[in-house]
Amino acid sequence: MTDNKKGSWLTVALLTPTSMWFLFMLVMPMIVVVIFSFGERSAVGGYVASFTFDQYANLPARLKAFTNTLTFAPIGTFLSLIIAYPLAYYLAVKVDRRWRLLLLVLVIVPFWTSLLIRTYAWIFILGGRGIPTLLEFIGLEGIRMINTPFAVYVGIVYGYLPLMVFPIYVSLEKLDKNLLEASNDLGGTPWRTFMQVTLPLSMPGVATGCMLVFILLMGEFLIPAFLGGGKIFFLGNALVDLFVQSRNWPFGSALAVTLVIIMVVTVSLYMRLTLGGKNGRDQSLM
Amino acid sequence: MSKSYKDNMPITAKKFMEEFRRYEKGSVSRRHFMGVTGLGTAAAVLGSAMPSMMPKSAKAGSLGDRLIFSTWPNYHNPVNVENFTNDTGVNIQINAFGSNEEMLAKLQAGATGWDVFVPTNYTISNYVDLDLIQELDLSRIPNHDPSSQNPMFADPATVNGKVYAVLKNWGTTGIVYNSKNLKNGPTSWKDFFDLTMGEGSGHTIVHDYQLTTIGAALCANGHSFNSVDAGELEMAEKLLIESKPHLFAITSDYQPGMRSGDAWMSICWNGDGLQLNKDLPEMKYTLASDGGEIWSDFYCIPKDAPHVDAAYAFINYLLDPKVQVLEFESHGYATGDTRVEALLPAETADNEILFPAAKLMNGLEFGAANTLTDPIRAEVIARFKSA
Repeated sequence: MTDNKKGSWLTVALLTPTSMWFLFMLVMPMIVVVIFSFGERSAVGGYVASFTFDQYANLPARLKAFTNTLTFAPIGTFLSLIIAYPLAYYLAVKVDRRWRLLLLVLVIVPFWTSLLIRTYAWIFILGGRGIPTLLEFIGLEGIRMINTPFAVYVGIVYGYLPLMVFPIYVSLEKLDKNLLEASNDLGGTPWRTFMQVTLPLSMPGVATGCMLVFILLMGEFLIPAFLGGGKIFFLGNALVDLFVQSRNWPFGSALAVTLVIIMVVTVSLYMRLTLGGKNGRDQSLM
Repeated sequence: MSKSYKDNMPITAKKFMEEFRRYEKGSVSRRHFMGVTGLGTAAAVLGSAMPSMMPKSAKAGSLGDRLIFSTWPNYHNPVNVENFTNDTGVNIQINAFGSNEEMLAKLQAGATGWDVFVPTNYTISNYVDLDLIQELDLSRIPNHDPSSQNPMFADPATVNGKVYAVLKNWGTTGIVYNSKNLKNGPTSWKDFFDLTMGEGSGHTIVHDYQLTTIGAALCANGHSFNSVDAGELEMAEKLLIESKPHLFAITSDYQPGMRSGDAWMSICWNGDGLQLNKDLPEMKYTLASDGGEIWSDFYCIPKDAPHVDAAYAFINYLLDPKVQVLEFESHGYATGDTRVEALLPAETADNEILFPAAKLMNGLEFGAANTLTDPIRAEVIARFKSA
């Protein structure tokens, strides 16, 4: 057996588990979802085989879920970014090495408890007996926080911040400090140094963080259900509803397929825009 | 669990349960939370996943060591569940659900592993039609006494002459409101929606549940709580969507919102009404003069239940009148069982939240079987939520 042949066998052996996983856990379920999306709801709920485009024709009935998701997901991603960036910058560049590990752990600690429980806690913090009561002490009365878009954004930023902080932290941590000194030596103001050296070099982290947060937000249902009081309805909520309550699997499948298509299109456009610039080809994500 | 292991624990299991129950008395919403979030389930799963954590009972064995039980939040006394486990060695994993539709969705998808579950009256004939539940062998439930049951509530258990279920509790669906905020409380569903879009704008909760929320809107328009008429449902949907900007929330977990003072009014099950009223006397529970729901819940065994013997033993245990009294003390729902009513304190019989005056009851309807699977109702609630 030649070395070459040995190598290819090794490749096959190493790739088999992953490909099997990919095939059985992703591709096949997805095919089932696509097939279901052309079916019909049976009289008592569930799925009846058929070939119809009715489910897709009914999509406008969930228009608000689409517009809500496509508004809250990008804005929520942006808010997470502008709050996470200074934090990641501080952790990677400014903070004393002795404290860095501790602070990083503090960023992860919330992950040790379920997002569901932490989000539920916000119901009480933002509810009438929470922050609004404190605001009354300083004369701001009648402020409603819970079940508003504000509460949903708070929940999003709170829940997704670590996912944004870490990729940015990683790319900033690798930043060569000599480059900053060089910029300084050449007369660059701190602002200019940041805009022309630090920020461009941290872009892979920013892009990764944004993508992680955005993709997960597109499927989010817990935060709008809890902090939006069920009034702010995402596509995720529509899906939960169709499968768990009204048992309309075909319509749910059509919605899911549409969501996947939207994600693939927006994410590839986004990657092209952020990473496909001048030297995009040889830039990796991290 | 060995003695020495227990001694090293920061808090004993018994002590923990005592503390927990004390905590429970103070805040029901926390309990609701445990049920709704499945935290209780999580604990149960963790417990049963670790063989060393399982209590070793002398009697263990004949019934197996576990039972999966699907029910509603705030609906059982933890003491009873614990005692059953101590007596039989059967560990109970509890799943709490938010709607009958959700239970049906799980059973339709198959392989739930459930041994006992608690469906509401209107779903039972559907489950029989779909071949999802088994006929009960009443000889294995000696604590069930048909002669002590109020037939008004127990009847849905029998389908085509065969018994598929035994009665658990019954109750009503009405309105809870905060009388501090709403001086002139609602007396009808029409008032409910008028107040929502007027004086109480921004402070109303409706359920995330087709039967009660659509039912309330139908009654407000003067139609039947159970209507599946396309035209009437269209009017109900219009009313719901019109009121949506004025709602505080669409959720079946309405106690936190009512307790925090954010919500002034909600569609409400009478047991929750009783719990709220007990803690906050300004919370008033009322039935609507233009209709509403009366319901009864049952114990059923799914067709493919893996632990049928344990299921029968557990149902039989829960129907013991003394056990039922403890259950009542915990959840506050009436039983429809004269043996249990005889054991309750005398003043219970006068409680209007528990036993409404006959004239108010007359307007109430039992949920109809076809509302569970009606595609229009399913789509109306979904469109209302996504509007």
